[in-house]
Amino acid sequence: MKSVRRTKIAPDAPTLGRTASMHSLRSANGDDNNGGGGEDWLPPKVLLKPAGQLQLTETELNEELTRILNANNPHAPQNIARFNHRERVFKASPNVDHLVVHFEFDGYMSYKNVDESSAPAPVKDSVAVVEPPSGEAGTATEEAGTPTPAAEAGKDGGEGLEEKAKEEEQKKPKGPLRNQFNFSERASQTINNPFRERWTNTEPPPQRTLSDTVNQWSIYDAYVEDQLQKEKAKAKAPAGGAGAKGLKDEDKNILPTETHTEDVYYKNTDLRRALIIIERMANQNTFDEIAQDYKYYEDASDDLTPSKGSLLPLWKFLCEKEKRKQVTALSWNSRFSDFFTVGYGSYDFSNQGPGMVAGFTLKNPSYPEFLYVTDSGVMSLDFHPQHHSMIAVGLYDGSVAVYSMQEKSDAPLFKSAPKAGKHTDPVWQVSWQKDDLDGNANFFSISTDGRVTQWTLLKTELNHTDVIKLRLEMQSPQEIEGSIDDGQLFSLAGGSCFDFHKQLDHLFVVGTEEGKIFKCSKEYNNQYLLSFEGHQMSVYAVRYNHFHHNVFISASADWTVKLWDHDEDKPIMSFDLNSSVGDIAWAPYSSTVFAAATADGKVCVFDLAENKYEPISEQQVVRKAKLTHISFNPFEPVLLVGDDKGQVISLKLSPNLRKKNKSGDDEATKLKNIILIARGQSPTD
Amino acid sequence: MADLGSTANLAAADKGAVAAAPGTDEKDAKRNFNYPLVKICDMAEELRVEAVDMVVTAVEKHPGNFEAAAQNIKELMDKRCGNSWHAVVGEGYGFEVTHEMRNLLYMYFGGNLGVLVWKAS
Repeated sequence: MKSVRRTKIAPDAPTLGRTASMHSLRSANGDDNNGGGGEDWLPPKVLLKPAGQLQLTETELNEELTRILNANNPHAPQNIARFNHRERVFKASPNVDHLVVHFEFDGYMSYKNVDESSAPAPVKDSVAVVEPPSGEAGTATEEAGTPTPAAEAGKDGGEGLEEKAKEEEQKKPKGPLRNQFNFSERASQTINNPFRERWTNTEPPPQRTLSDTVNQWSIYDAYVEDQLQKEKAKAKAPAGGAGAKGLKDEDKNILPTETHTEDVYYKNTDLRRALIIIERMANQNTFDEIAQDYKYYEDASDDLTPSKGSLLPLWKFLCEKEKRKQVTALSWNSRFSDFFTVGYGSYDFSNQGPGMVAGFTLKNPSYPEFLYVTDSGVMSLDFHPQHHSMIAVGLYDGSVAVYSMQEKSDAPLFKSAPKAGKHTDPVWQVSWQKDDLDGNANFFSISTDGRVTQWTLLKTELNHTDVIKLRLEMQSPQEIEGSIDDGQLFSLAGGSCFDFHKQLDHLFVVGTEEGKIFKCSKEYNNQYLLSFEGHQMSVYAVRYNHFHHNVFISASADWTVKLWDHDEDKPIMSFDLNSSVGDIAWAPYSSTVFAAATADGKVCVFDLAENKYEPISEQQVVRKAKLTHISFNPFEPVLLVGDDKGQVISLKLSPNLRKKNKSGDDEATKLKNIILIARGQSPTD
Repeated sequence: MADLGSTANLAAADKGAVAAAPGTDEKDAKRNFNYPLVKICDMAEELRVEAVDMVVTAVEKHPGNFEAAAQNIKELMDKRCGNSWHAVVGEGYGFEVTHEMRNLLYMYFGGNLGVLVWKAS
């Protein structure tokens, strides 16, 4: 018997390996080579020898070794000693168990041609392959450990079955065949109802922990205290009314002290600072979505409709205290791009009251950074372009005031005295101008009493100079000569707005309630340089263009917005907005873009480079409210509009509304060309 | 029965309040302390009154037998407003209990007893 495979698998198994002939090993290798059958083209296999293999000569290799297989189990113990109870000594047992069971399999089926299968009951064959514990034994056990034991087992089982069947033929009784391998099994399965779980989790009732110690002295103390209190109550009860009064007195005492402590609370600067930070954090959290929009949202539809734009509403600013006031002024700070002030007052003659100036930042839409309360309604305000903390304020009662945010107190820095040059009608507009030759800050104000006044901030007082009185009818120079003495008889026009020329400091245009616009100069105080006719009703705003210095625009209650050259008395263009136009503003980034706020709650944004007739964006911003003022942020694409419900809305301009120069022209040239086209001339460069 | 008992006690307490002026000796004081004194209670007013009555009745019914009194209180309370009530009656003990809110009564009675009634499931 040649044990080829075993020697390959376990070449160093000593007892088994010795008997294997080297010859057979070689032939085995040869077998392997040819095993593929027709795979001669494969490269010849090289024998890999283990490091410690014996080097044998050819004769040694060719030597034939005879191997005798016997039925001794090499693993069986040879020296079993058992206690013999009869003789009461240990005796070596001669019976060594050489039986090794390699495989055992209980068969269920029998072949129908075999008589054995005719057993009356289903035969349970016990098949065991019993082999002598020779070399083969090791093979079988090892192979059982290989990945395919089942296949081997099946083969062995099958062989065993047949052999055994013949042997045991005689022993088994014969009978009719019952099982002939043709089972027909039938099974069906009913549908299992799917399981369903359903549960709810209720909130457990709220719990609380209490701990205490009960002992005699604590009980005693509690009773004593209770008794004392009862006595006190009794003592008070007879006092009756006096007691009640006493209580009231106590209340009175308590209240003021409480408010006092509260004051201290807020004046603590450290705490205040912490509170401000927390407020900012809370706001940042609350308005995070809007802030994201403000920074990153761009209207995608702009790409599809290049000649239209849209406005995205961002934060709304509402001062709770001034809900019933109207927004009468808006002014961005020229240094901090997120900071602006709002003036609250009333345009309604019969509903006047104190006004308010509120400073807001975009970072905190919920509450103003500061609040100044004024005696009379605020009608106008302006941030100083250089001194960023200075605010000029015009009031309904005709006075003007200057506030400084650097001051700790809420009182104005300057206030016009009632006697000295105060306007007699509401101050409709205030505007800072360049510091004068002495370096004093100064601003101008206009009022319906017909005066334009210059206010100079001196060290301690506010000095006033009347720049011009707006005569309603401007006579020819001869007439003025004649009637100069009785100048008082002239009725004055009610000025409602003005704007200074961006380059020539002395030049400015004034809009009046009568609808006329005058070009004036600081140098000539009773003569207009030019009178612009066109508006039929009160002019609410005039604004010089930021780029083309001779062009200005006016908004009026007669539903129109007109574009003028300040050297011509007729408008260049006119736009009808179908509603009274409360305010108008040029965009700071483009010479051709301006926005108007109308009384029906719409914001109209024009870009003359895109469309000379229609606004490129007309959007309803508020319902049931009139828009009163509008202002462009000088740095960011944000527009502010105020309405007569005291609300200020910030709007983000979509990319189409903030297009700069397309052709690469100078901004001024761009507008100049458009004006030339409007006049029917061909544009020049 | 319970009502009668408690009102009688309360009346006694009122009298006691007048009598317990500083200077009265301890025995007097102790006798006068024969009324329920609610130390901590977060029950609804109606339930509180009822619970105090129950405690008073139970303690008076089983004088000197705290266990029986406590059991009595517990059973009454269970019957009155749902299961899982617990009661402790004793002259000296410490406790730390977790109770369902609005279901706790901690009171003194008779000048020497601490009674704790609470609900916890």
